Parts: sequence; structure tokens; C-alpha cells
Amino acid sequence: MTSPHDKPNDGGVPVPVTPAGASSGAPAEHPPSSPAGRGMFGNQGSGDVSGFGGLVRPRRPIAGASRPFGSYFDEVYDALEEAYPGFADAIEKVVVDRGELTLHIRPERIAEVCQVMRDDLALRFELCSSVSGVDYLGADERRLHVVYQLTSMTYRRRVRLETAVPAEDPHLPSVTSVYPTADWQEREAYDMFGIVFDGHPNLTRILMPDDWEGHPQRKDYPLGGVPVEYKGAEIPPPDKRRSYQ
Amino acid sequence: MTTSNYATERETTEGRVFTVTGGDWDSVVSGTDPINDERIVVNMGPQHPSTHGVLRLILELEGETVREARSVIGYLHTGIEKNLEYRTWVQGSTFVTRMDYLSPLFNETAYSLAVEKLLGITDEVTERANTIRVLMMELNRISSHLVWLATTGMELGAISIMLYGFREREYILEIFELITGLRMNHAYVRPGGVAQDVPDDAIIKIREFLKLLPKRLKEYEDLLSGQPIWTERTKNVAVLDATGCLALGVTGPVLRSAGLAWDLRKTMPYCGYETYEFGVPTHTDGDVWGRYQVRLAEIRESLKIVEQAVDRLAKPGPVMVADRKIAWPAQLAIGVDGMGNSLEHVAKIMGQSMESLIHHFKLVTEGFRVPPGQVYVGIESPRGELGVHAVSDGGTRPYRVHYREPSFVNLQALPAMAEGGLIADVIAGGASLDPVMGGCDR
Repeated sequence: MTSPHDKPNDGGVPVPVTPAGASSGAPAEHPPSSPAGRGMFGNQGSGDVSGFGGLVRPRRPIAGASRPFGSYFDEVYDALEEAYPGFADAIEKVVVDRGELTLHIRPERIAEVCQVMRDDLALRFELCSSVSGVDYLGADERRLHVVYQLTSMTYRRRVRLETAVPAEDPHLPSVTSVYPTADWQEREAYDMFGIVFDGHPNLTRILMPDDWEGHPQRKDYPLGGVPVEYKGAEIPPPDKRRSYQ
Repeated sequence: MTTSNYATERETTEGRVFTVTGGDWDSVVSGTDPINDERIVVNMGPQHPSTHGVLRLILELEGETVREARSVIGYLHTGIEKNLEYRTWVQGSTFVTRMDYLSPLFNETAYSLAVEKLLGITDEVTERANTIRVLMMELNRISSHLVWLATTGMELGAISIMLYGFREREYILEIFELITGLRMNHAYVRPGGVAQDVPDDAIIKIREFLKLLPKRLKEYEDLLSGQPIWTERTKNVAVLDATGCLALGVTGPVLRSAGLAWDLRKTMPYCGYETYEFGVPTHTDGDVWGRYQVRLAEIRESLKIVEQAVDRLAKPGPVMVADRKIAWPAQLAIGVDGMGNSLEHVAKIMGQSMESLIHHFKLVTEGFRVPPGQVYVGIESPRGELGVHAVSDGGTRPYRVHYREPSFVNLQALPAMAEGGLIADVIAGGASLDPVMGGCDR
């Protein structure tokens, strides 16, 4: 198999690559390696006389966490386990990184988990702060991730829920019945990533025009742009410029 | 069927239809019930002086009563989040500052805090840098609330307050210009600290401002608070209680006006807010009047914080992290041709140290690497929780940055406030949410 890095790269645009150790089916451990992880000066497609082009920078994998998680994370985990009968089936992975707890949830269970997270007296995540999409193209077979940031005002805690769906069948239940605030945020995730939230009252585009084709924040959607002339010199669009990675 | 010579009516599948021939107004009016039958759909915007940017509202009216309201957004979408993925982490602050143009320093600080958390250098940010961030954010909060007061006053018919509010805001923008070089879109708060130190004449100007604004606030209150039109237009208008706020994710002054003292500066402190003395003003009515009271009180609390921050700036110190692999290589300095890299630094890298030159070049063109992972950081902007969800793939550019914009989330509450009320109160209610469409659409 040839590495995508051997291909002539069009101006240093990040090329999706499967990182070593990417486990298909499981949630991505980290985004795919960009060319930033290789070489020294970011130049590709030309002769490498320095030998630095073969340099591969090691990346710290974000492994699943093991008990005890520390901080309030164990309490949240235990409370959810106690309150939610389908817990063992719903949780795919637990990650504790940089002082934040991420629970990877099976997509079809996300609305149920949110309901328990909101209503259980020991959890009380009253506020769904944010819903956003991330495209892990090349690192995960289920490349489209939806990330929910829940805030408990009672206990002053934050927890992140993450789900992953494949681009071919990007369906998961909407959480609007639990958190009405997710309405526009799910519409944005649909607009930008093409993630379909089943049960959403009005899943239409929100930021892009209604007749737009494609989902702009997917990684395989080009940035676009036109070359600009300035005093006789032509400056290429941002994603075609020479880059130093 | 009426027996009038002038108008006939007949029932159709579309409802009752009148054929009008003239002099028939009485029979037309007697044949319909304007309260229950007549629903007209009014399109307001996308360009309208009272929509705080390019917002379109579609209102279904019965007489003057709003039955259904729907907002249409996206007219100011600029794809900043996508663009960030093609620039270095430091260049990001130049982009995010342009999202919510009334609170640029909050956008920058939230972004910088997220990048610092990804880098694991949150504790290494110097005390002085944090103090300057707090100082700038609180000045920015005052200027944002002043614009809110000015525009809301104008929309409700009080033109004088618009001129006064913008006058005082201009004073703050001059302070910003002294410190950052720009009135708006500063790119002043950078990952690792701030771009440059606060000059001495800015401190003098801030102290003057601290003396001036309390008097002006008194004037605003004299102008508005006792005025019957203002109270009629704001009291019991566009009510949203704490339950509604939480369900719809509304935070900031709107939530506090409903009685819940939720302020991230107190509840989840950042940048050393826990070391400042200030209160969290609340109100219990949950109406436009309450939001007006809360915002005025917040300006006073912000003045207290600014005063404490200015006092702390007497102690000198670095404003950027010590790590030379992250900190921008040169302090800015004023040269003969304006502001730029310090001549001392340029002389050193060009004349003495080849390694310094290479290092400078690499850091500026390529940027620093950020270890892979994701973080979420929330700060209290003038409009509520401003959150940044940043994902890194280990490279020199963001893999994904998502902004949880309070304008975007809060605007969802507009139908809940407007439906069932009068059309004039749509303006008051929408204005009381303080949406900034540049932030909403990003």
C-alpha cells in the first residue's frame, strides 16, 4: 500500500490518512494524522536530500480511561450506571483527557442517555451547552461524530457525550425532546455535516441557503475560493497556497 | 347570504369570499371576525433597522397580535469555522475576533483559553496576562452593554439614549485603540497571553473613564427609568421565566433577569475571576425591564472589576508564556514606520543568531504543534455562555473549532417571547435578547 503522502500534494492541503492503529468500528482515538506529523519542513513532492522527510513524529494516543477517573467523574459515571438500565450496552468508551470527561455513547441510545442525565437527581445536567459535529474522515469508519456538552448547574459540572455515525447512514435520534435548545444546533450539524437527527421537528438547513448542495464542514468538502490579483501578482485561494506544516 | 346591493358573500373551499362593489365596508366588517379569522403573514427583514444585523422574522399576525413567529438566520454566515482549519492556531485569533463584532475580546479569550487547555499551559499563563485579559473583557462588556442600551432605546423610540450610549462606547473604543492598536477586531488576546503590554497613557485614560461613567449611568437612568413610555414598553413584555430559559439554553443577562444567578465568572471561574470582588445582579420579573436593570447593574459591577484590575497592573511582569516554542518571538515596538517587531529583536535575528532567525521563521510561518485531543471551554460573554469546542489532530492547524455562540442559542427563544404578544413587543423582546448576527451566523 502506498502512503497518501507519496502522492503529489496539491499545495499542502491536508490529505486524509488512516493513522496507524486506527481501530475500525470503535470511536476514533484521535483525528487522522495530517502531514504535520511527518517530515521536517512540510515540503512534499520534491526531492528530499536532507533525510528529514522520513521523520515521523510520534503521537500520544488518547486511550480509554480506567477507574478511578478522578475528580467528580467517578460520581457521574456511577450515578449514570445506577439510573440507566441500558448502561452497559450504551457506553462504548470513557475518555478522561485534560480534565474533561467524555462518554462515548452508542448513537441510538443518545436521547435516552440525555433524558437520564437531565432528570436523575444525582446527575442533573439541566443545560445542554453545545451540540457540534466533527468529521473524523480517515480515522474512523463511523466518521461523523456528534459532540454534546452538558452542564449541570446544580453541581457545577460539565460532561461531554460523543456519538459516531457512518457517513453512509448518518442517522441518530434527536435530543430536542429532552433539550429543546438542541433544535438549532442539530440543524447546524445537519447543515454542515449532513447528520440526520431522527425526530427533529424541522430538520432543515439553517446557515447555508436552502438549495445548497453538500455539507461544507465535512473534511472532503473543499474550502474553495478564487485566486486574487494584487499588483500583478496572483495569490491562490487559501487551500491552494503553499503551506509550511 | 346578505341582501346588500353592494357586496355579496359566498362560501367556498377557501372560506368565505366577498365580492365587493363599493360602499360596502359595513357588510364586509360585519361578515368577518377580524380577531379570529384574519391572519396575515408579515415578513420583517432581512434588512430592518431593529433586527441587530441581518435577521429575518416571519410573523403570522391576527390584528396586532403575533400568533406565530419564526426567525430565519444565516445571512451573515462567513464560514469562519471552516476557514480556521486552514490557518495556524495563532492566526485563528484574527478570525474569531470577527465573529461577534460587539465582543471581539471575548471571542479571542475563549479561543485562547481553549488552545492553552489543549497545549496544557493554562497554569503557565502569567498573572499579568490574565489581569489584562480580565481588564479588556470587562471594558468590552461595558461597551457591548452600552450598545445594547443605545440600540434598544432607539428601537423603542428613545433617540437621545442612542447618541449617549454610542458616545460612551466610543470612549472605550479609544482605550482599546490605545492598547491594541485597533478599535475593533483586535486579535490582541493570543494563545499564551496577550500581544503586547498595556501602555501607561491607557491606564490614565481608563482611570478617567472610571470616574466618568458612573455619572453618565446616572444620567441614563434619569432619562429612562422613570419615563412612562419606557416602562410601558418594557414592563411585563416578552417574559421568559427561568424554566423557559433553561429549556431553550438561554444564558447571560436574560437568564439572570429571570432570577437565576448563573454567571460563569462565579460558577466556573477562569482567568482568575475568583480573585475579584464583584456581584452577580439578578432580577425576578424576567421581562425586558428586568434585563434592562440587570445590564445596567452589570456595567457597575464591571467597573468594579476594571478598577481592581487596573490596580493590579501596577505590578510589572511578562504578558506572554515563557515557552519560546509557543510565544510569538518578538514584543511589538513602535518604529519610525509605525508599529512592528522590535528593532532590537530584528537586529539580533538578522545580525547575530542564525538559530534565532530560523526559529522566528518557523514559528511565524508554520506555527506550533498542539497535541491531539479535544476540549470545551465556556466563558461568560455579554450575551451568555460563549463556548469553544476545539479539536486538534496534533498539527499546526485546528482540526475543528466550534463556537457555541450565545446569540445563536438565545435567538431560539424569540418565538417563545413573541407569540401571543403584540407586534410592537417583538421588537422589544428581540432587542432584549441582544443578538449579534455576526456571532449568530459565524
